[in-house]
Amino acid sequence: MSNRDRWDRFKAVPMPKQPPYERIRNFNEVALGYSEEQAIMEAERCLQCANPQCVTGCPVEIDIPGFIKLLREGRFREAIMKIKEKNSLPAVCGRVCPQEDQCQKNCTLGKRGDPVQIGRLERFLADWERKHGVELPERMSSTGMRVAVVGSGPAGLTAAGELVKLGHEVVVFEALHEPGGVLTYGIPEFRLPKSIVQAEIDYIKRLGVTIKTDSLIGRLYTIEELMNDEGFDAVFIGTGAGPPTFMGIPGENLCGIYSANEFLIRVNLMKSFLFPKWDTPIKVGDKVAVIGAGNVAMDASRCALRLGAREVHVIYRRTRAEMPARREEVENAEEEGVIFDFLTLPVAYYGDERGWVRKMECIKMRLSEPDESGRRRPIPVEDSNFTMDFDTVIVAIGRRPNPLIQQTTPGLKVAKDGTIIVDENMRTSFEGVYAGGDIVTGEATVISAMGSGKKAAKAIHIYLMNKKWVK
Amino acid sequence: MYRIVEKRELASRVKLIKVSAPEIARKAKPGQFVILRVNHVGERFPLTLADWNAEGGTITLVFLEVGVSTRKLGELNVGDSILDVVGPLGNPTEVKYYGSVCVVGGGVGVAAAYPVAKALKEVGNKVTSIIGARTDALLIFEDEMEKCSDALYVSTDDGTKGYKGFVSDVLRSLLSEGHSFDMIYTVGPAVMMRAVAEVTRPHKIKTIASLNPLMVDGMGMCGACRVSVGGKTMFVCVDGPDFDAHEVDFAELIRRQMAFSSEEKMALNLWEASKRAV
Repeated sequence: MSNRDRWDRFKAVPMPKQPPYERIRNFNEVALGYSEEQAIMEAERCLQCANPQCVTGCPVEIDIPGFIKLLREGRFREAIMKIKEKNSLPAVCGRVCPQEDQCQKNCTLGKRGDPVQIGRLERFLADWERKHGVELPERMSSTGMRVAVVGSGPAGLTAAGELVKLGHEVVVFEALHEPGGVLTYGIPEFRLPKSIVQAEIDYIKRLGVTIKTDSLIGRLYTIEELMNDEGFDAVFIGTGAGPPTFMGIPGENLCGIYSANEFLIRVNLMKSFLFPKWDTPIKVGDKVAVIGAGNVAMDASRCALRLGAREVHVIYRRTRAEMPARREEVENAEEEGVIFDFLTLPVAYYGDERGWVRKMECIKMRLSEPDESGRRRPIPVEDSNFTMDFDTVIVAIGRRPNPLIQQTTPGLKVAKDGTIIVDENMRTSFEGVYAGGDIVTGEATVISAMGSGKKAAKAIHIYLMNKKWVK
Repeated sequence: MYRIVEKRELASRVKLIKVSAPEIARKAKPGQFVILRVNHVGERFPLTLADWNAEGGTITLVFLEVGVSTRKLGELNVGDSILDVVGPLGNPTEVKYYGSVCVVGGGVGVAAAYPVAKALKEVGNKVTSIIGARTDALLIFEDEMEKCSDALYVSTDDGTKGYKGFVSDVLRSLLSEGHSFDMIYTVGPAVMMRAVAEVTRPHKIKTIASLNPLMVDGMGMCGACRVSVGGKTMFVCVDGPDFDAHEVDFAELIRRQMAFSSEEKMALNLWEASKRAV
């Protein structure tokens, strides 16, 4: 039976994946992507709705039925250009966007069966383009205006790409030694290969953007210095999420307890899975606890397995239904053998005489009745304390906004939670200075950061062309 | 790329390099540090600035070759480049007029103490410096410290130079002889800083320690450098590196500094074996 015979309007074409027993021994990408035939078969399921709801779910408003139509006609080049009208990082978004909560959530087919796998199609086209050569879009003639972009994550790269196309000179300042922000240091190789991030960055550079690594704005230059001394006409701040949150419970500074950020930076940015060939070490014990249940927790737990942990537990104070991670990532983690301990909250850690974590004390939780907002809060169950043995703990309960720019830019309006306050055009309280991404919203998604980078770029362009800052 | 323009061996396995880094040199302040990565497989590690020259566009770094990364750095010669240097990082030391101050530095920490001592002197403080090393041959920056101190005391663990014993012992005798200080600044091995803190605690003298934990990004992202200060968790890279020494949990700092010691040892053995093989 050929693939063709299996075509069913209401069933998604499955995505080939590395089998779990194989993939937990390597860091290669888990999802392998559609073939041309599979992509066309999947694209043929699209109903080409007259009033497409998928587009309304997309933060950057990609013409989804438009690109799918081109794809199924085999016009791959035109299809990817259709996506790129709105999205300059499709290979990334096709892999890490939460499509099930965005475009695919609204798909008409989803009412009776599987929604069209829009993300997989986007990924297919981006990968096809990378293989067949990337065409550069037109760049407008030089405006003579210079824009500094602070941070080279999804928000900064998007803003930079848009601004350079409009004819502005763009310099991106990146504090780390590699550009890409969370795409580089945060999301693991097996979910987003670094060669793909590199290709997207190369594309932005080929558009004419300069990226300066090892440059921490706030220390090397302040925002005011960029504007006054370094000759920039506008600044976009996309510094993202920064310091990891800890729970503040006893024993949390024992050796063997990492923030998810430290753990993932060691693995992804510093390639400690290649230690000692690469110089940065990492230590993963037999039994690993990952605290939290978001995408970062899934990434950390799956990295721990690949680094040789025998048993990895995800510890979460609510239940499966409330887990913030994408379902796909939870499924991947479960297939690989990650164990989930729900309604469980760590309250203390205990170490050995050398200061290494050995035990975690937890308390059982239960969910309250829904409150006015419909949320069920986790409530500790009295006298339910128990301990489990762990020799590595990874705390993945979130991060606060990077504080450095806020601290070093007097007059910049900042919210109580440390995020930078902007108006509907991503303008900060500081003339010529815009912000977007996690530094404005708090921790969110790659695509929403890109959406705000794009919006800011549009507003910056208008500002630079008119040089008017209306309060 | 950051080119090495000068290199000297100050003592066995202790090297000084001047590195071309004009942007950092323009911005550097006493007490700040940089993060380096020697080559593309290298780890990120912090070094406190020992000096800088804004006009010449150079920064000065002094380091002890202890592990693979510092060995690799030590192998580079004038004309070679370091792949990454980012900084200046951390909050500068609070330099102001205190009156009479004492700067206590040990090991390669003496080089880190130098810009602070110099800056404290420049704003009019009476600066007493106590510097030390295990042995005379390892003592560094004596001339530099001499120049910016009103009084300089030297100690070596083995007595080959100056007072026989620890810098903290010298400090204790100065205090018992009736010297009084309005502020004490200390930088060096954690055990030494702990000893200094214990000496000054009963005298209730404000004591600032420049902490040196493991770091990865060095800009507040990872929390590898977290340390308990007054019962609160702080990130040394962004909240420090200077803290009230009387509030620092040095035992925890020392344990956390050792977290990867077996891996570091293994990597160093492999490195040395590969050197022998060549």
